[in-house]
Amino acid sequence: MLLWLLAAVTLAAVVLTAPALGRHLFEVFDDRPQPAWDRWLNPIEAALLRWIGDAGRSAESASGYLAPLLISNALFALPALALLLLQPLWLNPLGFGGLRWDLAMHTTISFLTNTDQQHLVPEQSLGTLAQLGAMQFLMFVSAGTGLAVGIAVIRGFSGRPIGNFHRDLLRSLTRVLIPASLLLALFLLVCGVPMTLAPPLQITTLEGASQLLPRGPIALFEAIKQLGENGGGFVSANSAHPYENPTLLTNLVSTWAMLIIPAATLDAFGRFVGNRRQSNLLLVLVFALLVIGAVVAMAAEQAGKPVLDRWISGGNLQGKELRFGAGLTGLWSVVTTGTMTGAVNGAIDAAMPLTILTTLFNLFLQVVFGGQGTGIAYLLVFLLLAVFLTGLMVGRTPEFLGRKVEKPQVVWASLILLIHPIFVLIPAALTLAGGATLAGISNPGSHGISQVVYEYASAAANNGSGLEGLGDGTPWWNLSTSLSLLGGRYLPIAALLALADGVRRKPALEPSPGTLRTDTGLFTGVTAVVLVILGALTFFPVLALGPIAEVLTLAS
Amino acid sequence: MSFTAQLLRGVRLTLLLWLLTVVVITLPLLGLARLVAPDAASGSLLQRDGAVVGARLIGQPFSTARYLQGRPAGAPNLAASNPELTKRVATAASRWQSLGVTSPAPDLLQDSASGVDPHISLAAARQQLPRLARERQLPLVQLERLLRLHQEGPLGLQSIEPVVNVLGFNLALDGLSAGAVTGQPVP
Repeated sequence: MLLWLLAAVTLAAVVLTAPALGRHLFEVFDDRPQPAWDRWLNPIEAALLRWIGDAGRSAESASGYLAPLLISNALFALPALALLLLQPLWLNPLGFGGLRWDLAMHTTISFLTNTDQQHLVPEQSLGTLAQLGAMQFLMFVSAGTGLAVGIAVIRGFSGRPIGNFHRDLLRSLTRVLIPASLLLALFLLVCGVPMTLAPPLQITTLEGASQLLPRGPIALFEAIKQLGENGGGFVSANSAHPYENPTLLTNLVSTWAMLIIPAATLDAFGRFVGNRRQSNLLLVLVFALLVIGAVVAMAAEQAGKPVLDRWISGGNLQGKELRFGAGLTGLWSVVTTGTMTGAVNGAIDAAMPLTILTTLFNLFLQVVFGGQGTGIAYLLVFLLLAVFLTGLMVGRTPEFLGRKVEKPQVVWASLILLIHPIFVLIPAALTLAGGATLAGISNPGSHGISQVVYEYASAAANNGSGLEGLGDGTPWWNLSTSLSLLGGRYLPIAALLALADGVRRKPALEPSPGTLRTDTGLFTGVTAVVLVILGALTFFPVLALGPIAEVLTLAS
Repeated sequence: MSFTAQLLRGVRLTLLLWLLTVVVITLPLLGLARLVAPDAASGSLLQRDGAVVGARLIGQPFSTARYLQGRPAGAPNLAASNPELTKRVATAASRWQSLGVTSPAPDLLQDSASGVDPHISLAAARQQLPRLARERQLPLVQLERLLRLHQEGPLGLQSIEPVVNVLGFNLALDGLSAGAVTGQPVP
C-alpha cells in the first residue's frame, strides 16, 4: 500500500510542479519579462555573449543553428578527452593513470551525447579532476545542448524564428540547469550525499578487512546527473550506492528530478503555440504510457521470482537495495528509461523480464518524456505523422498547428524515425553474429539477446543504462556503441532542426471547418496508436526473442 | 561567417562554460557544504577511539558469528532466468542454516545492488539475535532493545520497510560487550 502511495505522490508532484517550471522555460526562451530573482543575469549573459563574439541574433536557417552546435560540441569533447587520456596527478589522490584510448573515446562521446553509458568503474579509474573537469562539465553542456534543441524545434513548430544556439545554450545553463542543480545538490547534501574534495578514504573495517569509501564532490554531480537526464554515476553502482542515493526520500526526489524538466518542456510547448489544451493532452498521453509501464514493472518486481519459491517469498530483491525495495526500484527503472536519464538504483539485469520488456519499450519509443529537449521534439514528429495519416484517412489536407503538412515534412519525419532502428538493430545483429565471446553475454538464453539489444538501444536513444552483467569494456563494444551514440544524437538533431525550420517557413492558415483539430481526446488516442505502431513495431521481433521469450520460459 | 571565426567562438564558449560548470559553481558549493552539513559533506564517517572505522551510510562485509551479518554482495546482475541465481540462493540458504537460521529472510539470500547496502530487514536481524546472544553472552532482551535503537524506517523517510543499520548495530554491540567485560558504562 505504502509503495503505491509513494509512487503516486512522486508522479503527482511532477504534474503539480511542471506548469511552474514550464512557464519559467517559456519566459526565458521567448524573451518575456522575467521575475526579479533572475533578471540580474541579463547584463552578465549579454556581456558573456559579446565576449564569445556572438551578437545573439536568431539563426536564419536550420544550418545557422546546427553549425555552432556541432562546432561547440566537438570542442567540448577536447578538454574531456584530454583529461581522460592524461589524468594528471593534480586532484587525483589515488594516482589513476590515463584511460586506454578506446575507453577514453567511448566515455567522452557517451557523456557528450547526454547518454552517460559507462564501460568503466569510475571509482577505480577516475580521479576527482576527471570527474569534475570531464564528466560534470559534459553533463552540464550536453543537457544544455539538448534543451536548446528542444526549444529551437518548439519555436519552429510555433512559427517563430529558430533562435541562436550560443544564447540558448548559455541561458539553459544559467536560468535552468545550474540554479536547479545547485538547489537539488544542497538538498541531497543535507540528506547525506558527500560534497568534498577530500580524497576517497581507505579504512579498516570492524573485522579487519580494508574498504574504500568513494567520497568526493558527489552532491552537485548527482544533481545534474538526474536533472539533466544524464545518468552517469560518480561510482559504478550509480544511484544504488548510498553515497549517491542514501535514503528513501532522496530516491523519491531523484525520481521526480528525472521527470521534471522534460515534463516542463512539454508544458512550455503549449505556451509557445498558445494552446495549453494541446500540451495538456500530450502530457496525459505521455503520462499514461509512463504509468502503464510503471504499474507493469512494479507489479512484476513485487511478485518476485517463481523459480526461487523454495527459499524466498515476496518481491525480487536480487540486485536491489533494501531501502528502496522491489517496487520502487521497478518504478525508477521505468522512469530512467522513459526519460533517457539512464541512472539506475538497482540492477536492471536482475529485474523481472516484464520490467526489462517495459524498459526496452521505452528505449525504442523515446517519447515517454524522452531525452532532455529531444523528447518533446520526437513527440512532435509522431504528432506530425499522426496528422498526416489521419488526414489521408478522412481525405482532408493535413494541417498541424495552423501549417500545412506536406511532402518534405513527412520525409524528414520518416527519416528521423528510421535512424533509431538502424543504429540499434544492425549493430546488435552484427554483435550477436560474432558469438557470445565477442558479445560478452553473462546471462544465458534469451536474456543474453536482451543484453546486447539493450546496450545498443540505450546508446542510440542516448539513455545510458544497461544490463550490466554484459562484458562491455572491450574495444568492440567501445567502438561500436560510439557509432550508435553519435548517430543516435546528431543525425536526429540535424533532421529535427531542418524539419522545424521547414514548418516555420510555411504560411500560417486560419482554421477552417475542414481543419482536423489536433487538441482533442480522439486525436490524442490516434496519436497513441501511431506511436505504438510506428515506434515499437519495428522492434517487435527483438522484443519477442528477448524479454517476451524469457517471460514465457520463466512461466513454463 | 568564416569557419575560423566560428571556431574561435566555439573555443571561447568552451572555455567559458568549462570555468562556469566546473569551477565557478562547484567551489562555492564545496564551501557551503562545510558550513551547512560538514558531517555529510565529508562522507558521514564513524569514528571509534579516534580512528575512522566506517561510514554511517556504507555497509561493511561481516562474516564472523559474533557480528550481525549483512546482505550478500558480488553478483547483482544474475538474471531471473539464470540457473546460477538458483544455485547461489541455495548456497546462501544452506550457509544460513549452518548459522542456525532455518528459513532466512529474503534479503539475506539476494544480492544487494551496490554491494554496500547498509541495511537488513528487521526480520533478518531478529533471526540472528539468538546467535549473537550466545556468542556475546548477552541477554536476548538487551539485544532486542539495541535493535529497536538502530531501526530505520518509512517514518523517517529512510527506507520503505523497517530496517536495521548493520554497522551501527555492530558498533553498539562492541560497545555493549566491552562494557560487559569491564563493567563500565560505555559512552
